[in-house]
Amino acid sequence: MRWGVATPSRNKKLSARRRISGGLLKGIVFLCAGVTVALLVGLLGFILYHGLGNINWAFLTTARSALKNTIGIFPNILFTLYIIITALLISLPIGVGASIYLNEYASHKRLARMIEFTAETLTGIPSIIFGLVGYLFFCRMLGLGASILSGALTLVVMVLPIIVRTTQEALKTVPDSYREGAVALGATKWYMIRTIILPSSLDGIVGGCILAIGRIVGESAALIFTAGVGYQLVTNYFQALGTSGGTLSVALYVYVYEQGEFEAGYGIAAILVMIVLLVNFATKLVKKKFKRI
Amino acid sequence: MSIIVSAKDLNLYYGAFQALIDVCLDIPEKEITALIGPSGCGKSTFLKTLNRMNDLIPGVKITGELTYHGENIYNGGLDVTVLRKNIGMVFQKPNPFPMSIYDNIAYGPRLHGKLKKAALDDLVERSLKGAVLWDEVKDRLKKSAMGLSGGQQQRLCIARALSVEPDVLLMDEPTSALDPASTAKIEDLMSELKKNYTVVIVTHNMQQAARISDRTAFFLVGVLVEVGQTNDVFSIPRDKRTEDYISGRFG
Ligand SMILES: Nc1ncnc2c1ncn2[C@@H]1O[C@H](COP(=O)(O)OP(=O)(O)O)[C@@H](O)[C@H]1O
Ligand SMILES: [Mg+2]
Repeated sequence: MRWGVATPSRNKKLSARRRISGGLLKGIVFLCAGVTVALLVGLLGFILYHGLGNINWAFLTTARSALKNTIGIFPNILFTLYIIITALLISLPIGVGASIYLNEYASHKRLARMIEFTAETLTGIPSIIFGLVGYLFFCRMLGLGASILSGALTLVVMVLPIIVRTTQEALKTVPDSYREGAVALGATKWYMIRTIILPSSLDGIVGGCILAIGRIVGESAALIFTAGVGYQLVTNYFQALGTSGGTLSVALYVYVYEQGEFEAGYGIAAILVMIVLLVNFATKLVKKKFKRI
Repeated sequence: MSIIVSAKDLNLYYGAFQALIDVCLDIPEKEITALIGPSGCGKSTFLKTLNRMNDLIPGVKITGELTYHGENIYNGGLDVTVLRKNIGMVFQKPNPFPMSIYDNIAYGPRLHGKLKKAALDDLVERSLKGAVLWDEVKDRLKKSAMGLSGGQQQRLCIARALSVEPDVLLMDEPTSALDPASTAKIEDLMSELKKNYTVVIVTHNMQQAARISDRTAFFLVGVLVEVGQTNDVFSIPRDKRTEDYISGRFG
C-alpha cells in the first residue's frame, strides 16, 4: 500500500509538475497551430493581394489577343469546365457502378479487396505519370492527339479511385437493416439499391464529385502532356473535345514559366485559390445538409 | 383450423453447420404461433426460411419440404417477390427507412405496382391505423420516420409490413429492443392483428409467449422439441426438456 498513499504535500507537488508540463505541451501545440494558420493565411493573402488587382472583366471574358497584346483567360475557363464535365460524365457512372458492384454484389471478397487496394495505390501515384501514360495511350496509341478528350480521359483514371473510395465509404455506412427491410417487402436487389442505398449515400457521392473537381482544377502536370496548352476560344463543346486546350492551372504554368507574364499568373492563381476555397466550402455544406436527414 | 404454412423434415445448413434438424411444424391460419427456446437454437433461422430471407446468406442449404398454401416455398419457379409480399416480416430492431413516415409505408405498395394518389393515401392511412399509429402521426406524415420513438418506429415497421396486404406476419423478437410501455402496446396490437393475419413470433420472453400466443413451439439446438397449445405447453409439457426450460432451469 506504500505507493497507493498520496500525502497532501506529495499530491500538491505532483499536480504542480503536471500543470507545468501540461502547460508546456499546450504551448507547443498552440505554437504549431499558430504557425500553420499563419502560413495558410500568409499564402492566401499573398496570392490574393497580388492577384485580385489583375482580375477584371476583360481578363475574364476575352481570349488572348496577339494583335492588341492583351491576355484573357476566357478560353481557359471554358476548357476547365469542359474537362470537369467530360471527366465526371465518364468517371461518375463507372465509379459509382464499380462501388455498387463491389459493395452489394461481389461475392468474391478477395477481388473486392484487390480493387480497393488498387484504387488506394492509384491515388498515391504522382500525376506526371498519369500524364505520361495518358499521352502514350490516349494521344498516341488511340490517336486522339493533344485534346480536351485525351486530357479528360487521363483525368478519369486519376479521379476514379477518389469516386470509388468515397462512394464505397458511403455505401458501407448504410445499415444492413435497410437492405433487409426492403427485401422483406419483396423488393428486388436492384430496386432496393435504387430506392434506398443510393439515396442514402448521395452525400458521399456528391462529396466525391467535389473532391474530384478540386483535383481536376488543381491538376497541371498530367494535362500539359495530354490536353495541351491551347488558348484559342472554342465555344462549341463537341468541337472543343478534339482541340488542344489548357485549363486554368496549365495556363498559369505557361504564362509564368514560359512567358514571364506574372500579372496574368497572379490573376489566375487568385481565381484558383478562390475556386479551391469554394470547393472546400461546398464540401462542408453538403456534409451538413445531408447530416440532418 | 386450416394449416397455412407447413414444414416437413426441414433441414438447414450454414455451410457445414446444421442449424435446423428435421423440423416438422404446422402453422394454423389466424393464430399466433410463438417460437421459444434458448439463444442460438434456430428460431430466427426457421423464421427466415418462411420468407426466404436466407437466400441472402451465401452457403445456405435447405432440404425437406416447406409449403405455403400447399405450394413449395423452395420451388425454383416460385416468385420470391410475391412470396415476401404475402409473408411480411418485422425485425428485432426497428428499421424504418431514412425517409418520411408516408414514404416508409408507401414503399411496399409502390414497389408492387402503380397506385393513384388517393388510393395510396388511403392505403397508408389504413396501414397506420392497423398498427395503431395513425393518431400519433397523422399530422406529421411528411416528417422523417427517424424522429419517432423506438416503440413508434416498431409500429411503423408493422404498418409497413401490413401495407402490402400480407396474410402471414413474421416477427423476430419485435419487442426486445423496446421499453415495457411500448412492449405492452405492441402485445395489444398483436391480439388485434390475429383477427386478420397469421402471426409467427419469435420471443425469448416466456411470459410474452404465454400471454399472447395460441400455440407455442419449443426449439433446442436446431430441433423442434415440442409444439402444442400454449396453455398445454406451459402447464403440462410432454417433454422433460421443455419443462426444464419453461421452469427456468436453463436458458
Ligand atoms: N449467417 C449464419 N452463418 C452461420 N451460422 C449462422 C448464421 N446465422 C445463424 N447461425 C447459427 O445458427 C444457429 C441458430 O441461429 P439463430 O437462428 O439466429 O438462433 P436464435 O434466433 O434462436 O437465437 C446459431 O448457432 C448460429 O450461430
Ligand atoms: Mg434470433
